[in-house]
Amino acid sequence: MLRALKLEPEKCTGCLQCEMACSYENEGVFNPAKSRIKVFTFHHEGRFAPYTCTQCEEAWCLHSCPVEAIVINADTGAKEVLDNVCVGCKVCTIACPFGTVNYNQDSGKVMKCDLCGGDPWCAKACPTGAITYVDVDNTGLDRMRAWAQQSPAGPATHVEPRPKEIATYSRAQ
Amino acid sequence: MAWTGNVLRVDLTSGKIAAEPLNMEWARDYLGQRGLATKYLYEEIDPAIDALSPANKLIMTTGPLTGTMAATGGRYSVVTKSPLTGAVACSNSGGFIGAEMKMAGWDMIIFEGKSPQPVYLYVENENAELIPADDLWGSSVWETDERLHAKHQDPLIRIACVGRAAEQGCRYASVVNDLHRAAGRSGVGTVMASKNLKALVCRGTKGVGNIKDPMRFFQTTEQGKKVLAENAVTGQGLPKFGTQVLMNVINEVGAMPTRNMREVQFEGAHKISAEAMHEPRSDGTPNLHTNAACFACTIACGRISTIEKGHFTIENKPKYWGASGGLEYEAAWALGSDTGVDDLETLTYVNFLCNEDGIDPISFGATVAAAMELYERGVISQEDTGGIELRFGSAEALAKCTELTCRGEGFGQILGLGSLRLCEKYGHPELSMTVKGQEFPAYDPRGIQGMGLAYATANRGACHLRAYTVASEILGIPEKTDPLVTEGKAELVKAFQDATAAVDSSGLCVFTTFAWGMDDIAPQVDAACEGDWSAEKMLEVGERVWNLERDFNLKAGLTRADDTLPHRLLEEGANTGPAEGKVNDLQQMLPRYYEIRGWTENGELSDDTRRRLRV
Repeated sequence: MLRALKLEPEKCTGCLQCEMACSYENEGVFNPAKSRIKVFTFHHEGRFAPYTCTQCEEAWCLHSCPVEAIVINADTGAKEVLDNVCVGCKVCTIACPFGTVNYNQDSGKVMKCDLCGGDPWCAKACPTGAITYVDVDNTGLDRMRAWAQQSPAGPATHVEPRPKEIATYSRAQ
Repeated sequence: MAWTGNVLRVDLTSGKIAAEPLNMEWARDYLGQRGLATKYLYEEIDPAIDALSPANKLIMTTGPLTGTMAATGGRYSVVTKSPLTGAVACSNSGGFIGAEMKMAGWDMIIFEGKSPQPVYLYVENENAELIPADDLWGSSVWETDERLHAKHQDPLIRIACVGRAAEQGCRYASVVNDLHRAAGRSGVGTVMASKNLKALVCRGTKGVGNIKDPMRFFQTTEQGKKVLAENAVTGQGLPKFGTQVLMNVINEVGAMPTRNMREVQFEGAHKISAEAMHEPRSDGTPNLHTNAACFACTIACGRISTIEKGHFTIENKPKYWGASGGLEYEAAWALGSDTGVDDLETLTYVNFLCNEDGIDPISFGATVAAAMELYERGVISQEDTGGIELRFGSAEALAKCTELTCRGEGFGQILGLGSLRLCEKYGHPELSMTVKGQEFPAYDPRGIQGMGLAYATANRGACHLRAYTVASEILGIPEKTDPLVTEGKAELVKAFQDATAAVDSSGLCVFTTFAWGMDDIAPQVDAACEGDWSAEKMLEVGERVWNLERDFNLKAGLTRADDTLPHRLLEEGANTGPAEGKVNDLQQMLPRYYEIRGWTENGELSDDTRRRLRV
């Protein structure tokens, strides 16, 4: 089963544990400046929002790369940068509509989220559940459940047998 | 290592900037942040100097765990000699500036001398330069932050700066970072402005590495986060209610100083409490918008609030219509209970202003309270206040006083003196609720006896963050003691003082200690830092830091006579509540305290103590 990072800004407190986890996993230091996931603060709105690569199916970054340095990891679905192939031309950083591929001046390569090979550190580090790693087909499940909970559902439908005419209609079909 | 090993020394007089290695010999004895910077200050300045002279130094300092994934590992401190107390000042702040300094590769920045004209320091990793700030002088913190971000075209820079109050000489001006976090107490911002230093602008991209044992560091910090998450205070109370969770609790036990500490319970407490901040207002929204974390903090006790639309304080002032830092308990108490003002929206507005121009809401609120008492007694009149009807409970008067103090105008200049100087000016020093010239925080020591000793002996003047015995006496952490008795309190205060000094030297936040003991903290420090950092060693460091601060103060001219409380708390019994009729029995605790500290009867370090602690 493929999984995706699910980001829920309303749960974020802006602590940057995710950025430190990301940079440590990828660079070996605690360094938000080198994090693939970023938390944005909208101070006057009182909002925090984590943001990172959504791993597009048709990935602009991958298609735009002139040297085919961005490849798909078949296990995770992540679009990964091959550091030994990347020439640092930055075309992918222009191609990405979301700004989630960025240049790293220390390595001369680009960097983006690679889902840590299927065990993303940001999700593990998040203390509030604002970042989770869930079934890619069901990132909307919580919201669906919340709406479902609000929908009118009288107890009668749970205990009464199905109305006859509908059952008949179903069979007729 | 966890330390970067680098100190940036900035001579503001000559404009010379130089890097030097951190004194690791001192780091082994004083760990970092509060302890280590105090050691530098102690060694480098004469404690007897005028705090506002160029001879004073201002040290911005991080701890070894600042900038790491350890929960709350984002603290920094501003250490200097205080212009409010004449004692050592060490003000601690969260937000993001401390971690940014560390990411740029610096454990500490030492500012010396005085710049001939206004400047700010721009630090980008190893590059640092002083840039003229004439155009920023006269700007508020918020305006300065906005203009510096625009000027540097870099949304990722972090800024700590002073506002107009500091420039105007307000004695309790703070250094505000990240718009609404502050190194708040003892006038550290006043010292910064006295050096013509407007701001530190910092951008760090090097990161914090050098963890001694990374695997063990992840294990111990992970375990620490688990303890914080599972603890009722740090896991639920603080994120939901913030420090304001205390308002109703402290009021119940009759330790809520009210109207310049004349009373110990505030009838309006429920209107300005954490619970009130959650109540929907006329427009349907509550005062509290969300909680917020400082760097690396998994507790997230910070408050982000809005002021009710149409409230009189913000009419035609759109800059206050958005969200910003909301009320913490100390601010709500000082601005509210101590002045008798029970309007939550006014207090939020005033709190915004305290951040916008960098003043300490505790000292400010307590100073207004003292002025209100002088006004009610007829000692000062509208002639002195510039027409303000300075009655207890007047939200309008409080708002007006804040605006004036933040800008250093009119009666605001007088309020900027602080409670003690203000009361002395009008011939009533006994009405100043201060120790060593610093205003009290939000716990009346008649209802919490241990806090009386904690206040009297705190090295930076009245302060709750030097020995928070409230935890034990009221909340039962780590174990419950009776708040109304004095027995055992000398030992309790010493234990809290030493432990807190160690935490303040590590880069961690003292709020973790609602859940963490030294056995939770030491392993995290030990996994990160060279050397052996057992719980015992940490407490020894804390004790050493405490004694060094004490020695600084003695050299600055303070004596045992300064280890006391205002007459009101020693002679006038609490008027209501569980402590009714009680005063603080300081004299029953103080001699024992000196004894277990290893000090002479005069409160001086004995030779044995000096030798034992290498002070």
